[in-house]
Amino acid sequence: MSERLLVFDEVRLSFAGVVAVDGVSFDVNAGELFAIIGPNGAGKTSIFNCLNGVYLPQEGRINLDGTDLLGLRPDKIAELGVARMFQNIELFSNLTTLDNILLGRNLHMKSGILSSALYFGKAKREETAHRRRAEEIIDFLEIAQYRKSLVGMLPYGVQKRVELGRALAMDPRILLLDEPVAGMNLEETEDMARFILDIQEELQVTMILVEHDMGLVMDIADRIMVIDFGRKIAEGTPDQIQKNPDVIRAYLGEEFETEGLDDEAPASEGSRL
Amino acid sequence: MRGRPALFTRYEADSAMLPTITQRVWLAIGLVAVIGAAVWLPRDWLILIATAFIAAIGVIGLNLVTGYAGQVSLGHAFFLGVGAYAGAAFGGEATEKLVGMGLDVIFWLPLAGLTAGFIGAAIAPIAVRLRGLYLAFLTLGLVFLGEHIFREWESVTGGPGIGRKPGVLRLAGWRFDLDGQIAGYSVTREQQIYWLTLLVLIIMAFAAKNIVRSRIGRAFAAVRDRDIAAEVMGIDLTRYKVLAFGVSSFYAGVAGGLLFTVTGFVNTNSFNLLLSFTYIAMVVIGGAASITGSIMGAAFLTLLPRIIDGAGGVLPFLEVGSTGLLSTSQLERIVFGALIIGFLIFEPLGLNGIWMRLRNYWKAWPFSY
Repeated sequence: MSERLLVFDEVRLSFAGVVAVDGVSFDVNAGELFAIIGPNGAGKTSIFNCLNGVYLPQEGRINLDGTDLLGLRPDKIAELGVARMFQNIELFSNLTTLDNILLGRNLHMKSGILSSALYFGKAKREETAHRRRAEEIIDFLEIAQYRKSLVGMLPYGVQKRVELGRALAMDPRILLLDEPVAGMNLEETEDMARFILDIQEELQVTMILVEHDMGLVMDIADRIMVIDFGRKIAEGTPDQIQKNPDVIRAYLGEEFETEGLDDEAPASEGSRL
Repeated sequence: MRGRPALFTRYEADSAMLPTITQRVWLAIGLVAVIGAAVWLPRDWLILIATAFIAAIGVIGLNLVTGYAGQVSLGHAFFLGVGAYAGAAFGGEATEKLVGMGLDVIFWLPLAGLTAGFIGAAIAPIAVRLRGLYLAFLTLGLVFLGEHIFREWESVTGGPGIGRKPGVLRLAGWRFDLDGQIAGYSVTREQQIYWLTLLVLIIMAFAAKNIVRSRIGRAFAAVRDRDIAAEVMGIDLTRYKVLAFGVSSFYAGVAGGLLFTVTGFVNTNSFNLLLSFTYIAMVVIGGAASITGSIMGAAFLTLLPRIIDGAGGVLPFLEVGSTGLLSTSQLERIVFGALIIGFLIFEPLGLNGIWMRLRNYWKAWPFSY
């Protein structure tokens, strides 16, 4: 349990003077559900983009189970087992649900162009074998009825689920969830929370969760890191985070400092700014 | 599963190219009809339809890179030209001025495709850094480069105004491009070219269909729809773009190699921008990201001039000479332009989209859905 899977060490990312991530460090243990929270623009998605290799940080070290990720191309990082569910839906909208999920299997498939063109023997067996795995994920996420629908036509909540399925199909070692319940109603949020917990328990996938829904984060995260303006301001269990004065200041402002520290949900109090 | 042909119990059956018996039967009937049509079609129609078959091969290639992988290419004429001249060099007869190895068609046709394919794959890494309009301009440049090379490289192309003969359709001594006798029945040159090009089209179309339904085709579509997301999912963008250009150019090379065996003569100024645009138009009118649509688009635009010629005798404002309001070739160009605009606005899915809608309508008939 306490084996460190991911080490994110003193990473600094800036865009021409704007510092998006300012020397942030954290470790994620194997099997853990680690949450990153912070106000808008704090640098949460930038951290994910560094992990994915979409952005190249100027300083620091990112290490996944002994392998340095810094400087690798996104597709190489994906092959090492980093999967991502995007904040704004990034599905392949002209393809079916099944094809989207099968695309998650693409990095485990080997057929070249010639065997694909013949679609015979090994290439056909490979397609079938990976179809089986894709169907397991479709069952797991309860999206069987949308299997052959174009994902562009599906309702928002279902699209989010397909995107989770596509990431899961990669059989990742670590799964990055960027606001999985943004814009969802209570029912959809609870469904998604159930899927995330099932992924942790049944599939034993380590996850990093970025989310604004504090209720969800406090309920399901094992540990939480809070960042603001690209800097880490706190890290700890949900209980510790809720009582941390720096966190309350970041969310609610300076004047609120001395009052109401024991309230369990700081975000539910109105800001006086 | 008797009586329930659409119930699949195996993944292989579910992802089959022609899952239902009805589809297989219709395809077989269609093939027999197309093959048999050669017996009674007149010679000029056979040649016209064979040209459509060859164009369809080229359009499938363009559709793979533009329709499936989303990389707009205006350079298709260049690759058609490379294929035509590679075919002529490998399969044509040598003269004192021209290179020609005189290989059999079974060797020179794949070699024509491979030559174009390798050049396509070699150019692709430059194209990988560009997208959309910029990529279109880069590939546009290829056409002009190609026109220059084709004009100047006289030992292969014959030079402007002179040209050369294409690769010879010969296999183990048998000539497809001459009238002959098979088992006592006489077959014309046109019938043989028709059957040969049909065979090549069938092979190439099935191969393309297999590519697009397997992992490679899915990766192409992923690159087209969301390239960053595709990369984060482990799809090497460079590799798949190079592959898309390579395969597309291979198809163009094969089509180019065959295209001029019909007329028996390759001219250096054939591979111009208009040819590229004609192929783009065939993709748009047939339907982007569809193999069936590629074939329909190629057939439609190849047969269109003949249909308009026929209309010349019927429509009063058309004159055969220069006395009328419009000549048939003027009308042809107007219709060509109007069709592209019309399809882009009213039917972006092309002929294939119309076909799918009709099919779904009759599937559900008499209900509306």
